[in-house]
Amino acid sequence: MITLSPLRWGKPYESLDFTDVVHFDTGEPIARVGNVGGGIVGRDMRKAHKAREALLQFSPEDLVERCKQAAVLFESADLTVGDSTQSVDQFVHQQSASTGLPEHMCRSNMAKNSFVLSNIDQILDCLTRGLDLSIFSRGYGEEGRGVIVSYQSQTPVLGAVLPNNSPGVHTLWLPAIPLQVGLALKPGSQEPWTPYRMVSAFIEAGVPAEAFGLYPGGHDAGGAIMTKTPRSMIFGSAQTVAQHEGNPRVQAHGPGFSKVLIGDDVVDDWENYLDLLVESVLSNSGRSCINCSGIWASRHTREIAAAIAEKIGPVDVLPPSDPNAQLAAFTVPAMATGTHAMVQQDLAEHGVEDMTADFGEKLVEREHCAYLRPMVVHADSPDRQVASKEYMFPFVSVVECPQDQMLKRIGSTLVGTVLTQDPDLIRHAGSSVDIDRVNIGPIPTNRLNWLQPHEGNLIDFLYRSRAYQVADMPVAAHA
Amino acid sequence: MSTADYTVSEEVAQQASEARERLDEHTLKMVHWHFSEETGSPFWLEKKAELNFDPLTDVKSFDDLKKFPHFEDEWLRGGPVRRWVPKGHANKPTYVFETGGTTGIPKSRVVVEDHWTDYELFSDTLPEEHFPKGANWLMLGPSGPRRLRLAVEHLAQHRGGICFCIDLDPRWVVKLIKKGWMDHLEEYKKHCIDQAVTVLTAGHDVKCMFATPKLLESLGEALEDRGTSLQEVGITGIFSGGTEFTPQWTKFCVEELLGGPVEEGGVYMTPTYGNTLMGLACSKPITAADNYKISYYAPQPRAVTEVVQFDDYDQKVGYGETGRVKLYTLTDEFFVPGFMERDEGEREAPFETYPWDGVSGVRPFHELASATTVGVY
Repeated sequence: MITLSPLRWGKPYESLDFTDVVHFDTGEPIARVGNVGGGIVGRDMRKAHKAREALLQFSPEDLVERCKQAAVLFESADLTVGDSTQSVDQFVHQQSASTGLPEHMCRSNMAKNSFVLSNIDQILDCLTRGLDLSIFSRGYGEEGRGVIVSYQSQTPVLGAVLPNNSPGVHTLWLPAIPLQVGLALKPGSQEPWTPYRMVSAFIEAGVPAEAFGLYPGGHDAGGAIMTKTPRSMIFGSAQTVAQHEGNPRVQAHGPGFSKVLIGDDVVDDWENYLDLLVESVLSNSGRSCINCSGIWASRHTREIAAAIAEKIGPVDVLPPSDPNAQLAAFTVPAMATGTHAMVQQDLAEHGVEDMTADFGEKLVEREHCAYLRPMVVHADSPDRQVASKEYMFPFVSVVECPQDQMLKRIGSTLVGTVLTQDPDLIRHAGSSVDIDRVNIGPIPTNRLNWLQPHEGNLIDFLYRSRAYQVADMPVAAHA
Repeated sequence: MSTADYTVSEEVAQQASEARERLDEHTLKMVHWHFSEETGSPFWLEKKAELNFDPLTDVKSFDDLKKFPHFEDEWLRGGPVRRWVPKGHANKPTYVFETGGTTGIPKSRVVVEDHWTDYELFSDTLPEEHFPKGANWLMLGPSGPRRLRLAVEHLAQHRGGICFCIDLDPRWVVKLIKKGWMDHLEEYKKHCIDQAVTVLTAGHDVKCMFATPKLLESLGEALEDRGTSLQEVGITGIFSGGTEFTPQWTKFCVEELLGGPVEEGGVYMTPTYGNTLMGLACSKPITAADNYKISYYAPQPRAVTEVVQFDDYDQKVGYGETGRVKLYTLTDEFFVPGFMERDEGEREAPFETYPWDGVSGVRPFHELASATTVGVY
């Protein structure tokens, strides 16, 4: 069994406190992870400047090249992970076994992470609006208009409290390395695999090991990362996001409430967009913040809901190794039963109808895990509670709402795909502060263009644009 | 480790047998005290009427305490608090100590001198070279209606020193956690640590201290921020407890906070386990060679810990096996004939210093763990 030890600025630490990572279906241990407490994190963060200093020994261009090598290693090589050598297939098996994600989804998340690293130069070019990366390294430089620009690093390291069940989110912290900012990561207890393998790939590619801290542990370790690093990101519930709202030190990622809005000008042709809607709801087992949880239109909503239900309602549980598996397991069965109970409450409201009712029981309980099969719900008005719900399985509410009310009623929306050619709707969607990423036209909510910032620009988070004036010193008279 | 690995020498077995005899005698004495009309507390005299046996005639040994129903700490909520004072102590000055109480009515325990006695006995276990007599102390733990605060002060006085204390309201800490006000929590922690640093750097010759693990960690960090350390400010001995204590934390503490193992010049630190109901259990000396394993031994016969089966709280588990911690308190001030603690651990064998059962690996009882807020200060 593989043992994953904490990494303290590149040095493995022998912990006395281990937790087992177990197979979601059998309960068998598949790895043991050494934990640390907040005290160790706190002590290491006192030396965080050394992580940045180690990265500053390399030019940003050099680090970009090493990221590209790391991408190849991450996606294809046998790497030393913990006390073992890990092949790609082993990584996929292990990640699937602990998170409950089907293996093909693990591979797809792996490809996504690798893609971001492979294209990190273009991504940084877009995030920085084309600035020379040496400006970030030196803190200032000439942009090309005869004016000095300055970007001051706000932190030597980026902290991150990573999620348990979403291997796709790791793309968000990867750009820190070529920006010469170290990483202090608390891996999710069921998904330590990506951070460990990614850090191994970075080190193998020649990025200094001193730039990396991996701190598995409980809330104590996570809390220390959040309080001891000047910039950190956390992944959690809506409550977690609310808790950190307005805190410039923390970027909180939670439910996305991503939606597709169908304009009156195209809604009569809704069938043209059925595949887009199905993909947006079903991809990655509906677990991502970029999965669509609401489809809003002024008419045909019942037909739209029925058509989606027809497509995803029959989806059933398949073994995780099956390439056709579409559903991820809830590794904590109580989460599935709790979610199921909440959905039942939603359905009890007048005007709400389960369009997948004919496709069998939704809650599938196993000894060590549980599943929720896809659900499509029709809501006859945005007033229904279900119109603002998001759950961790393929679940969507199709909401009947007049077009002129949509943007006022949708609420927070991470990805908003707007199907329309109506210039007014496009203009209003573009100016809606409720929508973070806006897609105009037939783009599934789950398809992100990595050359665009996601939930805030990492550059703005890690660096501060400020004035930096330089004048020549007068030559002393006696010189 | 199997039960077979927990063999004890003949000498220890003999000591254990003698300790057991003393416990049986002590049990009889305490039962008679608490259930006699002249000396017993109103609570237990009233409870006696509900029992289907007569404690005065039917309890002949420690094992007979199993005839009592388990002690329910809910009984300690609300008044009148005098019902807990044994008539034999009716005219003595009495303290009331509280536990819990973040919301609702806290649990109260009355004490006359138990906290003094417990800590005087504990004092005998402290090595003089690390806890010098006459040295001043710092109590870095909860203040307010807490037994710990007065007990540590008494310990310092008993050893000829003076105890400095800080203001720390653990109920507010729990509220901050429940509200998710983590910035406030951090600031409150700083506020507490600032008080401690002020005391330690004000020339008071403080050499010994009590601290909870989290506060000790924060204090070490704060001193380091100021370019100094626990050693440099003169601390030579620490006893720690009050919240969950793990071998990993102890390793971190010894290796990174206290300047290394004590035999290499580091600050001496000993873990303790206890609560307002029982008092204080001492730890077997901790060593790196033993992977910083922490084994606690209750101050028998005044208090007893057992490790019992999860499905039968009257049956002890084998040595080395895991079970739930069961506490007994048998003093002339307080009688607890078996209380199911919210912890679990492994049963440890007697040894020379403590020839009776101990418990190691103490952690929140797995069935209650998710509902418990541990280590709040």
